[in-house]
Amino acid sequence: MKNVISKALITSAVSMAVFAGSVQAASITAVSWGGAYTKSQVEAYHKPWAAATGNTVVSEDYSGGLAEIKAQVEAGNVTWNLVDLELSDVVRGCDEGILEVIDHSILPNGADGSSAADDFLPGTLHECAVGLIVWSTIWAYDSTKISGVNSLADFYDLEKFPGKRGLRKGPKPNLEMALMADGVPASYVYIVLGTDAGVQRAFDKLDTIKDSVIWWEAGAQPPQLLADGEVVMTTAYNGRIFNAVAAEGKPFVINWDGQVWDLDMWAIPKGASNMAETLDFIKFSSSTQALADQASWISYGPVRKSSAALVGSYHNQPDLDMAPHMPTAPENFKNAVQNNFEFWADNQDQLNERFNAWLAN
Amino acid sequence: MNQAINPIDNVIPLKEKLAKATKVQRRRALLLTMPLVIFLIVSFVLPIGEMLWRSVHNPAVSNVVPNFAIAIQQWDGQGLPSEEMFETFVSDLVVAKKNREIGKTVGNLATRINYALPGSRSLFTSTARKANKISAPYKEGLIALNKKWSNPQLWLSLQRNAKDFTPAFYLAALDLKYDDKGNVVQADKLYQIYLSNFIKTLQISALITFICALLAYPIAYVLSTLPLRQSNLLMILVLLPFWTSLLVRTTAWIAILQTEGLVNDIFVFLGILADDGRVQMIYNQTGTVTAMVHILLPFMILPLYSVMKTINPTYMKAAISMGAKQSYAMRRVYLPQTIPGLAAGTLLVFILAIGYYITPALVGGEDGILISNLIAYHIQKSLNWSLGAALSAILLGTVLILYWLFNKLVGIDNLKFG
Repeated sequence: MKNVISKALITSAVSMAVFAGSVQAASITAVSWGGAYTKSQVEAYHKPWAAATGNTVVSEDYSGGLAEIKAQVEAGNVTWNLVDLELSDVVRGCDEGILEVIDHSILPNGADGSSAADDFLPGTLHECAVGLIVWSTIWAYDSTKISGVNSLADFYDLEKFPGKRGLRKGPKPNLEMALMADGVPASYVYIVLGTDAGVQRAFDKLDTIKDSVIWWEAGAQPPQLLADGEVVMTTAYNGRIFNAVAAEGKPFVINWDGQVWDLDMWAIPKGASNMAETLDFIKFSSSTQALADQASWISYGPVRKSSAALVGSYHNQPDLDMAPHMPTAPENFKNAVQNNFEFWADNQDQLNERFNAWLAN
Repeated sequence: MNQAINPIDNVIPLKEKLAKATKVQRRRALLLTMPLVIFLIVSFVLPIGEMLWRSVHNPAVSNVVPNFAIAIQQWDGQGLPSEEMFETFVSDLVVAKKNREIGKTVGNLATRINYALPGSRSLFTSTARKANKISAPYKEGLIALNKKWSNPQLWLSLQRNAKDFTPAFYLAALDLKYDDKGNVVQADKLYQIYLSNFIKTLQISALITFICALLAYPIAYVLSTLPLRQSNLLMILVLLPFWTSLLVRTTAWIAILQTEGLVNDIFVFLGILADDGRVQMIYNQTGTVTAMVHILLPFMILPLYSVMKTINPTYMKAAISMGAKQSYAMRRVYLPQTIPGLAAGTLLVFILAIGYYITPALVGGEDGILISNLIAYHIQKSLNWSLGAALSAILLGTVLILYWLFNKLVGIDNLKFG
């Protein structure tokens, strides 16, 4: 009997020790968009944080949207700790109560001493999320097949530049870019798009190239479509094209005219576990240094003002300066528009339906 | 105890005894089926039940603004609701703003009304942020905040959706909607997508089934008549792709059919096509049909083969010996005997095709997508699960009707699946 009791005591002591150990070295699952972008996060955030704290970060890929988060939260089985979301999804997820509220006072000051509230660019902190990068939908072409393009209008000019075009399958941000190609100045895009005639105008413009379009869905597709020669020009996320050029030496050129930029942010699904570690990871990865480090792996601009000064060259090419490749570089920013999350929150259901109907006919 | 036992009472009739004995057995047998029954309930009945529930359940308004949902029922729909209703609405909104429970936030209400009245989402979320600053008179206060609140359509829509159950998602799934007066009308042509897609799905599935039958019939015939050694080898050729991952087979078609792919390359090499005149064979309906025929072909071959294998060759010989030509004997003697296999294959391929998802998603491009892709879109992207559920329910209903029709025409008892 005594033996049994002591055995039980030892077992429970051992299991408690194991349990305590697992609390000390937690594992969090960070979900992001995959490819070169996730790699930049692993190098700049995950590895240094894991080395500093002894915790581990499991990296998972997804293709955007709130579906998985909604499913996990509604089922009460949240396995993700942290998700890299677009601003429009942050707003919607926060409104619908499937994201945790994040207290911004935990965020560290900028390296230059400015408070986090001042250091983050306006609009990059949200009740339910902390901003990371500015990314952009741009258009790019294969310079061995196309030369002499100037403005977004050329993207729609099939006579001067024959060949297939790649576009993201969905109305966002094709409608914006179609209007700009049709001559609408960047600052008027959403005003025009707010009217029925404006939406019709955008679809009419898309109609002019519809038969020559190959539609892509994942961010990794456009560089592949260009490389395979399936298209001669395509819209793409700027970082993906940059990486195809910098890391793989592809002859692609980005044209920044009419770029539509947006934010990516860390958000926490409601009811996620390991909250303390997750918040610590957010603090770490949104610090001035981590954001600047990330920018040496992919050309997405950090959202902290204090990071800009620390952005250097591409991680393995000291003579490749990153600053001119950022969406926010003054040279690239001349005709740019920010994705209007409120417009899309209001209209995406309707415009998606119209877009799908338009595609099918 | 000491009471004398009546011997007649003690005799239990044989029938009862038997019933008692078999009762235990039957219970045991029932117990053995329990794992399957439970499995079916958990993995089949419950999810489908939940899906059907979702397609009509409409709790957003009554969850988020509960008092208002009751009050608005009294409104006659003329002009705007009364001041009291406005007041209830604002006070409910103030409470809801603080709520972060899933399904009960202002965002849920905003999303729901935005389905009915596109463009009204931000009206709700932005108003909720300022709702606690509104004071009497509430009607003027709300309209001063945003003049969209003076639109009677908005209030009619709130009233319509204050009920817990709605046919609205089924209407949307059939390209219908409520008009300004609450009548059911066709949706604007620009937004019609589902009905035509249902029809297209049925057409493509029928086409795939037809091509499968055309291809499978001779293959199955050869398989069943060849000597065992050769037929085994051929059978492996049929089964090998069947055992290969669906994704691998679909991607293989992409590699073969894309404009820079194998087939186009060969045509250009042979000079049949010019380099800039390559044919688009994938990312459209052709791609969907080609890849799906390949993937579903074994489901047609196998039942046909199993039936043909059992057909006695002497029947054909007898027919021919009595003067029938080969083709006539084939048509009148052989074909009727293969009907059970053909029917089983047709049913299998058609029902699989009608709900196919991954292949059209990968190779369908924009005009080759089927209804299941639109369902997936609403589950994964737009998050309008109710509409996705309504579309699924209609698809389920269509399959059941077709099954019933099929049963009437061929008889399910006559089928031979293998």
